[in-house]
Order: sequence, then structure tokens, then C-alpha cells
Amino acid sequence: MALLTCRDLSLGYDGREIVSGLNFEINSGDYLCIVGENGSGKSTLMKTILGLETPLGGEIVFGDGLKQTEIGYLPQQTLVQRDFPASVREIVLSGCSGRAGLRPFYSRDDKRRAAENMERMDISDLASRCYRELSGGQQQRVLLARALCATGKMLLLDEPVSGLDPRVTAEMYNLIRSLNRDDGITVIMISHDVDEAISYATRVLHIGKDVFFGTREEYLGSEAGFLYGKGSDSHGGDA
Amino acid sequence: MAAMLDKLVRYFSLPGVQRAFPAGVLIALCSSLLGVTLVLKRFSFIGDGLSHVAFGAMAIATVLKLSNNIPLVLAITIICAILLLRTGQNARIKGDAAVAMISVGALAMGYLIMNLAPKSSIRTGTLASDVCTTLFGSTSILTLTRTDVILCAVLSLVVVAAFVVFYNKIFSVTFDESFAKATGTRTGLYNLIISVIVAVIIVLAMNLVGSLLISALIIFPALSAMRVFKSFRSVTVCSAVLSVICAVIGLLVSILAGTPVGSTIVAADIVAFAGFSAAGAIIRGIKK
Ligand SMILES: Nc1ncnc2c1ncn2[C@@H]1O[C@H](COP(=O)(O)OP(=O)(O)O)[C@@H](O)[C@H]1O
Ligand SMILES: [Mg+2]
Repeated sequence: MALLTCRDLSLGYDGREIVSGLNFEINSGDYLCIVGENGSGKSTLMKTILGLETPLGGEIVFGDGLKQTEIGYLPQQTLVQRDFPASVREIVLSGCSGRAGLRPFYSRDDKRRAAENMERMDISDLASRCYRELSGGQQQRVLLARALCATGKMLLLDEPVSGLDPRVTAEMYNLIRSLNRDDGITVIMISHDVDEAISYATRVLHIGKDVFFGTREEYLGSEAGFLYGKGSDSHGGDA
Repeated sequence: MAAMLDKLVRYFSLPGVQRAFPAGVLIALCSSLLGVTLVLKRFSFIGDGLSHVAFGAMAIATVLKLSNNIPLVLAITIICAILLLRTGQNARIKGDAAVAMISVGALAMGYLIMNLAPKSSIRTGTLASDVCTTLFGSTSILTLTRTDVILCAVLSLVVVAAFVVFYNKIFSVTFDESFAKATGTRTGLYNLIISVIVAVIIVLAMNLVGSLLISALIIFPALSAMRVFKSFRSVTVCSAVLSVICAVIGLLVSILAGTPVGSTIVAADIVAFAGFSAAGAIIRGIKK
């Protein structure tokens, strides 16, 4: 059975539809890349999978013993946390908040988990540093370590490399790929730069006027992939 | 100097002051605890609105000539806190508009009720001075009844205990509510708990500094601590310590100089804020 199946899903807010007719399934170990124009509903899809928004129609089915709350999430960057006084350790540890349930304090196990994930993301030396004083790349590693505290099975990443310079972007993609390949974590990632992002993906979901779901090779040969790939090339200015 | 000491000793031999002093310090301690949460989350507006609700409730309690006002005021404020949280989640009425409506409404009704009541039902002094006491806490904590003071102290301890127990959850929900909810933290429950704690803190703070200065008592220590400290725990501890020190200084000065308790404590908080801002700037300068 698939880890996650979406059937005839339609998404939107307050009854106003943004996307409809989404059909896809993801198996354990897949690396799915979601692409599409700004405002096409990629983040909305992620929030709906996480249960933060309710679908307007259709259904999302979890299989293989995956629970909805066992998904790690790296949100699209917001300005909300810019002024928040928090150390790296505090933030990573808060990833264990869900698994702690009603238990008020973190167990030794939770703390070990947080330490391991900081080690994994190579941020152990930043543990007592203030989150808001870190570079963009370091901040994303912190949030990734937090997401890993919440899951060992599936990660949802919403534009994890936006605003990062090319070198840090490449590092981030490598990190995500190794989580997928070496640790067997299923990855669903939203990305803006198609060419680079989908080079590691096993599957691609394109959201927009026409919806596409298939393997990377199929996508690159498809009309949507062709047009969108072309569209993203014109970022330089001359359309 | 000797004269000042003499005056303090005379004051502290009064049973009212002996009770009020520790109660005031406890209230200052617990009001500072949720400062960061209130500053950085949408709760800040709710906090301001609720302080007006507490004022309106106090007016009703005064007119009803209750022997102690706190239980009624507490009940009304907690109910409003829960209602405001609900409307905030319901997109139909914008959360901010609802808060504004309730807070201004409560303020107007409170003043109206105090005016409508026959003069005799107001316990002390003229109407104007009574309204003034409720708004600015002119002498409040020092003139509270014995039961009220004990109730304040007990409630403060309950707030501190609740804060310690829910500390990690409060951090998760305040730092990133979506992540917390997505990964299985019961954000609805903890938002409710935070709202109730905020309501209790507001009622307590009103008894120390009066309803108009509540936000200052809650927010200044956190803002000061955030200038210098960088982790949630250090900011929380620092603002609690700072708030207690400012309350002690404020209470002593107000006794010695005869100034109103509430504004003296808030003045001490403002001085501390200026000091911490300067310290923060210097530390940042050294790092560069
Ligand atoms: N909370 C919300 N309420 C109403 N509309 C929203 C909300 N969030 C996003 N939208 C709208 O939904 C559409 C899709 O948004 P989003 O999923 O964020 O797009 P993407 O992530 O693909 O750029 C946009 O038109 C946006 O304006
Ligand atoms: Mg988005």
C-alpha cells in the first residue's frame, strides 16, 4: 500500500477552489518534487496533507502505518519568527513536542534525539546560539533538524532553498538527498527552480492549469515540463 | 536617611503593608512570565482588550458592593478571553475588530455603570477618585482587603506553577503554531490554557498597577530582557527577576515619596528598559 494517496483532491480557502482533480500516490522512499507557478496552490497542498487546512473535496489516505502527525514539516519562510528569542537547541527540541503528547517535560530520549539530529545537520556547535543571528542556510538546517525530531518517515519541505546563495543551495539539496537515499526518509519538496530541484526527484507533481504527475523522465518529456522549464529559464529578464 | 528608614519601619509595621508587599512582588513575578508570548503573538492585542474588560467587570463589582471583587472580575475576564480566542479563529469577524469592539465597549460600559450607581454605593471617596484608582491603581494594592490580597498571592502561585508545567508547550505554540499543530501538539488546548493564564495575569496586574498600566507591567520586562538575552529560557528568567526588582523598588519609592504605586512601578520598568537597551547596544557594538 502507498504511504500517501490523494484521490480527486480539490483545495481552496472558504469554499473558493484553487486546484482540483489532484490524483497521486507516494510510496515509501520516494522523492517527490512539487513544482508550479507562484500562487498555484503548492503550499496549500502541503498544509492540507498536514491537516492544517481541510480539503474542499476528495480524500487523503495514509498507509503503511503512517499517521498524519508523524510527518516532519519545514514551513515556507515567514517573518513571524524574526524577533523571537530562541536558541538553536530550544528550537530543535521543540520538534519533539508532538511526540511528547500531554507529557509536559522532554524526556532523556527526546533530548538525545534532538542532539542526534543537530549532529546529523552539522549544527551541534551552534546549539546555544540565537536562531535569529544565524545565516539563512544555518537557519534552514535548524528547522530541518527540528522536522527530523518529529519524524523518521516523511519530510515535507516548502521551498527549502529560497533566499539561499548557490553554494548553500547545493549543500541543502545534497543534505536532503542523503536523508532520502541513506536514511530512507520519504521526501516531498516544493521548489521554485525546476531544473536543479527535480534532478534528484524520483517523481514530479506539477500544479497549475494542467496538472501533471509522473516520473522525472516523463515530466521532462511532457508538455507541462517543457513549457514550465522554458518559463523558468526566462528569469533573467528577457521573456 | 534615618528619617527614611524610620518611615519604612513605621509602614512595615502596618499589617496592610506586610500583606501587600509580598503579594505585589508575586504579582509582578507572574505578570512578566508571558511577556514574550504576548509581545510576539497575536495575544498582545487580546491582552490590551482584556484589561478593559477587567475594568468594566470591576465597575460592575463595585456597584454590586461585593465584599471582594476579584472572583467576579476573574470569571468575567476568563470568559471574555475564551470568547476572544474563539472569534480570533473564526474568520467571519476579524479578530482585531472583535477585540477593539469588546475592549472599547467594556470601557464605556464600566464608566457608565460607575456613574449610574448611587453615590452611596461607591465604597471610598468620590466617583472620580474611584475611577482613577481602578484605572491607574493609585493606592490599590496597599488598600485591598485581606481576603483579596491572599487570593492574589494564591492565584500568582497557581500561574507560576502552570507556567512551569506548560513551559515547553507554550514555547512550541508561540514559536511556530503551524509546525506544532502539524506534528501533533494540541495547539487548541494550549491556546486555551494560554488565554486563561493571560486573563488571570491581567486581573492580578490590575490590582497592582490599575487597568491602564497592565500592558506595561506585562510587556516592559520582556522587552528589556530581549535586548540583552537570546534564548527563550534566559529571556524568561531575566524578565521575571527584572519585574520583581522593579516592583520592589516601585513599592518602596511609592511608600517613601507618596507616589501612586502603579505608575511608580511602571516608571521603574521604563528606567530598566532604557538601561537594558543601552547595554544591548554596547554588547552589539563590542561584538562588531
Ligand atoms: N490563508 C489563506 N486564505 C485565503 N487564501 C489563501 C490563503 N493562503 C493562500 N491563499 C491563496 O491561495 C492561493 C495559493 O497559495 P499558495 O498555496 O501559497 O501558493 P504557492 O505556494 O503555490 O505559491 C493564492 O492565490 C493565495 O492568495
Ligand atoms: Mg508557497
